[in-house]
Amino acid sequence: MNRRIPEDVLIEALSTGDLVPESPPRAAVLPRPDKAPQAEAEASPHPISRDDSEGALLEVAVGPHHPSTHGVFRMDVVLDGERVVRLKPVFGYLHRNHEKLGEGGTYLAAMPYTDRLDYFCSLTNNWAYALAVERLAGLEVPERAEYIRVITAELTRVLNHACLIGFLLQELGAMGTPIMYAFREREKILELVEALTGSRMMCNYMRFGGCRCDLPNGWIEACRDVVDALPRFLDEFENLLSTNEILMARTQGIGVLSSELAVQAGVTGPMLRASGVNYDLRRVDRYGIYDRFEFGVPLGAHGDVYDRYMIRMLEMRESVRILQQALRAVPAGPIINPKARLRGFKPPVGEVYGRIEAPKGELGFYLISDGSANPYRYRIRPPSFINLTILEDMCRGATLQDTVVILGAVDIVMGEVDR
Amino acid sequence: MNLGSGILKGLVETARNFVGSYYDPARLVTIQYPDERLPLPEKARSFPMLVYDGEDPEKGLRCVACKICEKECPPQCIYIVLDRDEKGRPRRRPRIFDLDISVCMSCQICVEVCPFDSIKMNTEFELSTADRFGSLLLHKMDLAKPASYYLGLHPVEAGQVNARLAAGPGHAETKAKPGAAPAPAAGTTSGATPAGSDRT
Repeated sequence: MNRRIPEDVLIEALSTGDLVPESPPRAAVLPRPDKAPQAEAEASPHPISRDDSEGALLEVAVGPHHPSTHGVFRMDVVLDGERVVRLKPVFGYLHRNHEKLGEGGTYLAAMPYTDRLDYFCSLTNNWAYALAVERLAGLEVPERAEYIRVITAELTRVLNHACLIGFLLQELGAMGTPIMYAFREREKILELVEALTGSRMMCNYMRFGGCRCDLPNGWIEACRDVVDALPRFLDEFENLLSTNEILMARTQGIGVLSSELAVQAGVTGPMLRASGVNYDLRRVDRYGIYDRFEFGVPLGAHGDVYDRYMIRMLEMRESVRILQQALRAVPAGPIINPKARLRGFKPPVGEVYGRIEAPKGELGFYLISDGSANPYRYRIRPPSFINLTILEDMCRGATLQDTVVILGAVDIVMGEVDR
Repeated sequence: MNLGSGILKGLVETARNFVGSYYDPARLVTIQYPDERLPLPEKARSFPMLVYDGEDPEKGLRCVACKICEKECPPQCIYIVLDRDEKGRPRRRPRIFDLDISVCMSCQICVEVCPFDSIKMNTEFELSTADRFGSLLLHKMDLAKPASYYLGLHPVEAGQVNARLAAGPGHAETKAKPGAAPAPAAGTTSGATPAGSDRT
């Protein structure tokens, strides 16, 4: 809210105790501040020694068991009054040696562990890993399996974005309603996923060269029903939230991330696109069969939390478009390459980087094969971990309550951050 | 736009959901769990079990203790000891088959690699226990389940397995070969359906 206010006015207002000068209500149509908050904070040579400072900095550990930190994540925040001066993300509480386990087991044995990375989106994790190994071994994927992969990945994206918005609103204080609406839709998608893979979250569905099992009878029709009902849900969700004054006041102009910094920090996914950078691996990399579908890549203009919220809303609509096109065109045929081996799989010597546009950003697997049954090196590029690295830059100068919202809009899952 | 109109718009949606939940079953999605239950899907899975044919779990066990599942299991939760007669010759059946379901992560890889259609996924999920050491380590007799039970859990998949077993011995190796997708559902057009059971 205070982003519009020039610094001298702010300091004066804070020192006189007149905390909130008259500020007009925000709406989507209103012009937004074009000045980034951190630029404001950095402009002052001594941001700590403001007049509102009580002279002492306070160090607070938010987490690892703070309910707003999306799992076991800690932010060591140095506060000057209510403002964040420094912020240090601390993670590793959920580290489970995933990469080393991947090197110890066979290529197939790492597949169920990828489910546990970003446990909201196990199907996209499976796909990224399968894609890397397929490139390593030079395996083609049959048409039908490619379609199934696109359908499951886009369902996952809808599920992830809907739930993320629910969590974000929970952190803004909207207890219950948005997240319950999101979970109601998630439930429908999870039922589809369960019917297809046998498990709701730990799917373990993709295999090198295809998919594990074929679609059950009537699955396409059931999926079409769910997908056709999604626009109604999205309209409802947008009516509920998009023009809500409280949401706008709390998110517009908060946590602004410039496109330059976003690119330099390697941020990917909806966060990067909210900063206005047109970079979507589905378009850039054209992995799978994404070049056959018509869809848009929504871009933000301000790079604030509201844009990140809106990008996800719009991406869900684009996912619905992809789903509708893909469901119409699923061909018959095998679901797995007949050359694919389940046991005794030994890809040739080489190294490969396979990446996909996961709901949270670029999810990549880097593998080195020495010709044996287990990877010599198994490395994951997790999107939420890389996106988290610029948390301090977004939070500096913000209040502690905004820090929670900024973290929520980054969209992290600790299983993926810590691995 | 007037201040507050966005909030009012949202409140209309919540009111619509609230009132709608009395009329529209699609808006009332909660199941009163222990009293009401949803049917499990055909492919549902919890933890592995061992299938036996006939009446006697000891004799009819399909498992021949080949230890492929033990080797392929990612978290290494299976422990098998081959049974031997007095002269030390192998009996093609397990003396010990232990499965630690506190370690098992239900990934189904043991089912996919088993060439003898012996290990399959159970769907029993109400497994909470007060004894976290003894009760979570399942032994051979805890795991053994009759083939009729398996057919009841996964009718389509078990039907294909039965057709494959009826095709005679030697087919097991065909299934273990790569490319044969494990138990695809009916109505598929892949080559791994029972239609392919004439392959030897």
